[in-house]
Amino acid sequence: MTTSENTDRIPPALRTEALEQLLTERGLVDPNVMDKFIANYETNVGPLNGAKVVAKAWTDPEYRQRLLADGTAAIKELGFSGPQGEHIVVVENTDTSHNVVVCTLCSCYPWPVLGLPPSWYKDPVYRARVVREPRRVLAEMGLELTDDVQITVRDSSSEVRWLVLPRRPAGTEDLTEEQLVPLITRDAMVGVAKVHAS
Amino acid sequence: MTAPLDIDGPAAPPRANGELVFAEPWQSRAFGMAVTLYDAGAFAWPQFQAALAIRIAAWEADPPPGECWNYYRHWLGALEDVLATNGTVVAAEIHHRAAALAERPAGHDHAHPHGEPHGHGHHH
Repeated sequence: MTTSENTDRIPPALRTEALEQLLTERGLVDPNVMDKFIANYETNVGPLNGAKVVAKAWTDPEYRQRLLADGTAAIKELGFSGPQGEHIVVVENTDTSHNVVVCTLCSCYPWPVLGLPPSWYKDPVYRARVVREPRRVLAEMGLELTDDVQITVRDSSSEVRWLVLPRRPAGTEDLTEEQLVPLITRDAMVGVAKVHAS
Repeated sequence: MTAPLDIDGPAAPPRANGELVFAEPWQSRAFGMAVTLYDAGAFAWPQFQAALAIRIAAWEADPPPGECWNYYRHWLGALEDVLATNGTVVAAEIHHRAAALAERPAGHDHAHPHGEPHGHGHHH
């Protein structure tokens, strides 16, 4: 493809701006919609390390067992370790049991697997309310759980950092480990969202 | 619909601790345009991936002297290639518009008399 040879000399910032204007004028891109897309990718894409751990656990039963038995060691197997990554305990969500992570004292968080904590995680109101009325807080965040699902609130501390192993969504049976990774969000690994099949 | 971004290899977007990283505002706009157009059905993701792979391979085979690796430069080039191939926006149009934008007086970033989006990620 050589049609763009003459644009390559133009600084990319200018080309980007020109292209966005043209696409906007033609009604192909709405800058406000685009802003939302970018924000969504910035907050929900990744954290890749945790997603790799979860995808491996979903596709490798032996790894899943090791992960639930000793989270830190199993996560280290994949090469992920670092500050605040010590003493990670992995808890599994099932049809009848749901785990959600909070840190009531501060905002302890397993950085090596989950990246930077989302802003609400540090919010004192979230921290207080999720302990008191988790079902309601989760529903407000878009995760409706029926009354037969037992909710356990996991309080992170300097001794233990929790990672939720979310349920593998129906309809993903044919996907490979690599194909599963992009589906797994940070929110699902904190326990405030489900993983969706697409 | 989330675009199936590559995770490993040269075509994978730069990440830090798993999260996407944009070194400059235009990079996030270029990223945003591609994923927004993909979501709207303007092109299939494999078409974009193939264009990106071609761009990267061409650069790696013959890196322009003095030009550092810049992932989103190739991303933008791939997006331009796909849009040109599909007849959505051709290179000459981008060229002309960019030339017009380049002639704006200094300080244009601080006044927007046309009320047009200006691609720096801080729309008013």
